[in-house]
Amino acid sequence: MSLVMEPAPRAPMLTEDQLRNRRRRNLAIGLAVGFMALLFYVITIVKVGPGVFQPMR
Amino acid sequence: MSLISQESASAGAVASSDYAAGPGAFFSLLKPRVMSLVVLTALAGMLIAPGRVHPVVGFASLLAISIGAGAAGALNMWWDADIDALMARTRLRAVPSGVIAPGEALYFGVTLAFFALLTLAAAANLLAAGLLAFTIFFYVVIYTMWLKRLTPQNIVIGGAAGALPPVVGCAAVSGSVTLDSLLLFAIIFVWTPPHFWALALVKSRDYERAGVPMMPNARGSARTRLEILLYSLLLAPLGVAPWLTGMAGGLYAAASIVLGAVLVGLAVRVYRVREGPQANPAALRLFGFTILYLFVLFGLIVLERGSGLFELWGL
Repeated sequence: MSLVMEPAPRAPMLTEDQLRNRRRRNLAIGLAVGFMALLFYVITIVKVGPGVFQPMR
Repeated sequence: MSLISQESASAGAVASSDYAAGPGAFFSLLKPRVMSLVVLTALAGMLIAPGRVHPVVGFASLLAISIGAGAAGALNMWWDADIDALMARTRLRAVPSGVIAPGEALYFGVTLAFFALLTLAAAANLLAAGLLAFTIFFYVVIYTMWLKRLTPQNIVIGGAAGALPPVVGCAAVSGSVTLDSLLLFAIIFVWTPPHFWALALVKSRDYERAGVPMMPNARGSARTRLEILLYSLLLAPLGVAPWLTGMAGGLYAAASIVLGAVLVGLAVRVYRVREGPQANPAALRLFGFTILYLFVLFGLIVLERGSGLFELWGL
């Protein structure tokens, strides 16, 4: 084992603009994922209909 | 300690584009104006399809088709960043301007394509999803990666990708490919060359600088103008065909005849006015009119078919 240690990787320093854009991107991704989940839920209900609540036989 | 401080200071703020882009820059990768045309043509394909689907399924299908088209646009911008940087028309796009890193555009496009196909398969059927997958593949691999830099027929053959959305829309509703949807495909397919070549006539130096063999810089202005005229002469009667087959009504018939005549008139002018200060404006006028032509024709199909749909839903 080497006694010379690798320097720990540093997180990049972001400007205010970059931080704001990252927050906006995260928000957009979150909204898109939430919308996708809701869309698949509604599609399932529409395609399966009331039978989705019936126990499988 | 001082050494660490100096290193930190020299690192400074991140210069990479990895963190610079906001959601708007990513949205621009989807080519929103092209997407709006895809939405319209795919909706027309859905409305002329035999059978009906639940509005939620219809909405999800339309969304998936438009996102799939947007994904293809993002992958196109990823691959073409090198030539986009050389052309005045495209050098400010997100990737060549450095706002978005090429890798980001690639992952963005692939992710969107995956979810678009998944959504269409879940909401509609596998045929529609398969056709959308083929559309994306054709646009990205056949057109962007292969034909665009190879042959002046690039946009003729590649135009098939842009013409497929009505077929995908029809398949999403009916589970099949009908002759009516293939007629809409043919209209967009024949519309593509005069549309792109009218712009290419004006931007031929751009394409030449980038090494893209578009018709004007590869075969010359005269040949391009002749082909624009020939395709326009073919498009004008083809545009009326949906009325002849009963797919569209009287309003469409009147508009398609008038717009077709204007289109041919503008194409004749582009053919005749080859030099001088009027040459480029004539080409740009035809380019702008081709956009109007397609929007109006497909908009009227949507209007005529859509009104019946609202009655069906009791709205």
